[in-house]
Amino acid sequence: MTSPTPLVDIRGLEKRFDLSGSLLEQISFKNGRFHRKQEAVHAINGVDLQVQKGEALCVVGESGCGKSTVARTVMGLLSPSGGEIYYDGERIDNLDGKEVLPYRRKMQMIFQNPYASLNPRMTIQQTLEEPIRFHHPDWDADRVKEKVTEVMQSVGIDPDWGSRFGHEFSGGQRQRIAIARALAVDPEFIVADEPISALDVSIQAQVLNLLMDAQQKRNLTYLFITHDLAVVEHFGTRVAVMYLGRVCELADTKTLFSTPRHPYTQALLSAIPKLEDDRPNHIRLQGEVPTPVNLPSGCVFHGRCPYANERCRQEIPQLIATDEGAQVACHAVEEGRL
Amino acid sequence: MTTATISRWDRFRDSFLWYSFKRDKIAIVSFLVLVLMVAAAVFAPLLAPTDPYDLAQINIMNSELPPVGMSGADAAFPLGTDAQGRDMLSTILYGTRVSLLIGFGAVVLQAVLGILFGLLAGYLGGRVDSILMRIADVQLSFSTLMVAIIVGAVFKASFGNLMFGEIAIYMLIFIIGVAEWPQIARTVRASVLAEKKKEYVDAAKVMGFGTRRIMFRHILPNTLSPIFVIATVQIANAIISEAALSFLGLGMPETQPSLGSLIKSGFDYIQSGSWWITLIPGLVLVVLVLVINLLGDWLRDVMNPRLYKG
Amino acid sequence: MALLEVKDLDVRFAVRGGDLTALRGISFSLDKGERLGLVGESGAGKSVAAFSILNLIARPGYIAGGQILFEGKDLAAMSERELRKIRGNRIAMIFQDPMMTLNPVLSIGTQMVEAIKAHRRISTKDARAIALSKLNKVQIPSPEKRLDQYPHELSGGMRQRVIIAIALLLDPEIIIADEPTTALDVTIQAEIMALLLELCEQDNVALMLITHDLGVVSQVTQRMLVMYSGRIIEQGSTREIINDAQHPYTQGLINALPQMGEPGERLFQIPGSMPSLKNVPTGCPFHPRCKFATEQCKRTMPEYVRSGNVDVACYEVSNLIEQEKHMQESEQ
Repeated sequence: MTSPTPLVDIRGLEKRFDLSGSLLEQISFKNGRFHRKQEAVHAINGVDLQVQKGEALCVVGESGCGKSTVARTVMGLLSPSGGEIYYDGERIDNLDGKEVLPYRRKMQMIFQNPYASLNPRMTIQQTLEEPIRFHHPDWDADRVKEKVTEVMQSVGIDPDWGSRFGHEFSGGQRQRIAIARALAVDPEFIVADEPISALDVSIQAQVLNLLMDAQQKRNLTYLFITHDLAVVEHFGTRVAVMYLGRVCELADTKTLFSTPRHPYTQALLSAIPKLEDDRPNHIRLQGEVPTPVNLPSGCVFHGRCPYANERCRQEIPQLIATDEGAQVACHAVEEGRL
Repeated sequence: MTTATISRWDRFRDSFLWYSFKRDKIAIVSFLVLVLMVAAAVFAPLLAPTDPYDLAQINIMNSELPPVGMSGADAAFPLGTDAQGRDMLSTILYGTRVSLLIGFGAVVLQAVLGILFGLLAGYLGGRVDSILMRIADVQLSFSTLMVAIIVGAVFKASFGNLMFGEIAIYMLIFIIGVAEWPQIARTVRASVLAEKKKEYVDAAKVMGFGTRRIMFRHILPNTLSPIFVIATVQIANAIISEAALSFLGLGMPETQPSLGSLIKSGFDYIQSGSWWITLIPGLVLVVLVLVINLLGDWLRDVMNPRLYKG
Repeated sequence: MALLEVKDLDVRFAVRGGDLTALRGISFSLDKGERLGLVGESGAGKSVAAFSILNLIARPGYIAGGQILFEGKDLAAMSERELRKIRGNRIAMIFQDPMMTLNPVLSIGTQMVEAIKAHRRISTKDARAIALSKLNKVQIPSPEKRLDQYPHELSGGMRQRVIIAIALLLDPEIIIADEPTTALDVTIQAEIMALLLELCEQDNVALMLITHDLGVVSQVTQRMLVMYSGRIIEQGSTREIINDAQHPYTQGLINALPQMGEPGERLFQIPGSMPSLKNVPTGCPFHPRCKFATEQCKRTMPEYVRSGNVDVACYEVSNLIEQEKHMQESEQ
């Protein structure tokens, strides 16, 4: 990837969630001595990602891999425990109050659950007007109304329905409204956190099409978080596969699906049930995902990896470039064992 | 779709609230009785045959007349008179007015304090939460009556009896409001904790909205149902608290009687056979508190989010 | 005779403002050892269908008509006592949420022993032995340890394995699995599905799999039912339906899958969404979203027509079949 400045640049991002509570709760009395025990969930452990202008970077992985935490940290809903986030060359993870406002307009987010992401006590009109008024205090009422009508039409919601409340709409329509709210402030960059996984199959296609249309018309850049690899193959420009808070493979969508290199990516791809299958034919992995409280040493995947050796148990693999132009964090690939 | 605008009235008529109200006889009867009592209290100056506050209208010769239907009754005083010769009907109407005013006033004060502190504690969390909730715990560990007795005694001592009579109503509102706010604060805090995890709050944060806007415009409206339920019950509690204080002589003075002070003033005459002076206001108080509590129970059932989502 | 035969099942919900019809004229059968998929989007009535087979729909739902014949006996007309002998014993059920089956305050072993003893006169020791053998069967690591563990100590995938072991405890003839893997991750889902398939084949247990995932249906089942708005609109051989769906809704459902589209291109989409039970359209419930809809579709519900090994309820399909017949006749 040789591009001037990436739109969003995530460098060495780390996020820990403290489990141990206040100081008093940490202290325990054992064997005649006071101990201070601190426990934390290591949700993200050193993630580097660059989102280029105009692309849709998909982050995939199973629950607990830290993909949603990446999304929420980028949007400033969580503050990182380590690392830096840049937007268009400017560092944004340490801004406060007023300084962050311009980025709130440029960066927007779409959430997973359309049943919870609309305020139940606000009409659709109010939901969509509020952000516009907030970010454009100089606009008059007509201009605001015009903008609301425009975004409602662009997501396929009849502007006459503005006086209704969220619960009067179906899941798919609610997600359209949530997309309209994000588009209302004319963002450049949208983080979509599992935007279709709560929807039915036929509705998923509608929303996915809507997101692709919006990308073309408004020249948007997406960071798309999902667990559904079929969606990634269709939607993504590039894919980052995450496991236990680390990126284990990063590649162009085509490359990843045709020649997955990391053993975890291979297992994940084989596990998607396909229409042409007559039987499940996935790669069997040993065990289950370890908890992110006590991270395994070395490669986080070594406990389940059929190719793991002593080095994998000791040393954390770094992302290295492959011949296909992908990046893989795997000792076996590096050594040519795989 | 053609039906573009749906009025609030249509929405209400279509709502679960109205539907279950129509089917619940207890709720309907309670509501009607309450409306009747509130209306009677509000329009007391128009409805009451005499003004019990106006000493010129009182004739001591008329004291302790029994209600109509008993021997010695006077048709001018349908519910009889009290020891000072005041018309019982008028005093009860005015007394209900005072009791309701204190009940509503105290709950408004409770709600203002409770909502403010509950929102702050729930939304900001951390140290603010710990401090506010510890204060609430301490506050709750004193009984309302104890606080009221102390404050009331101090007020009485410092302002004197005459002055006290004038400010008594505000003092009672203040005491009951301040003593009971933690009830509402806890309810608000619990719903705020549940609401703030929802994605619409995240969406508001992502928009860059400030903390105050998110708390009051986005979260508060979604915590109103439980506040509404608890506020109804708290009105009944406040009326009872006021009656108890007045009965102990720490509440409304006899010149400006509430239901509680009416009961107290009649209590001395129960032995001498003038039972109506105590019993009738007592009945009114019981009915008033009962219908409010019944309505509160009904509201709680209807608004229980586990039974009905909307 | 089929092991399970559902005939013209109608299920309604009594709510304010009258009855809502959740299932209308559902008919299908399940043979011994057969694996049947039940597909549809949320609100189509798949779960209601599953629950009503065991006569488990809670009020305000009720079975308004039709028969559910299990080995010739009608479950819809059976007393609660007789039903209890069949539920969990002859027909077992697996839910999406393991915590619907597992009691959080009892150990796994206690719950399994209890389930066996509810149906068989057997000593606790023997029951525990059966429980252990079933846990072995679902390939749980260190099964002896699991017996004394509590549900919250197990991971999601492990819990679902325990649920399957519990379903297998009394060697049922039928397992009804309602979205058994929806809450699980892709890799775990694959494991559980493979396990379920393996076990059913081993013991010749019939499986009724309720899911929205067409890929899973394709991998696991032999026949499938497609439901829409409380009706079965297409049923027959899974392979035939997946490869060449007849009903416009099934076609749309399959073509809307991201893997069916060209990367980066718009996906095929069915306009609109499934009607709610409160306002099911007249005639064919799919007609407002169907590009083939005619006046006839708006008026009456189409009858089933047979095409290959598939039954379809669609006027467009029956017209096409008619035309084909005419063509063949005129050629002859």
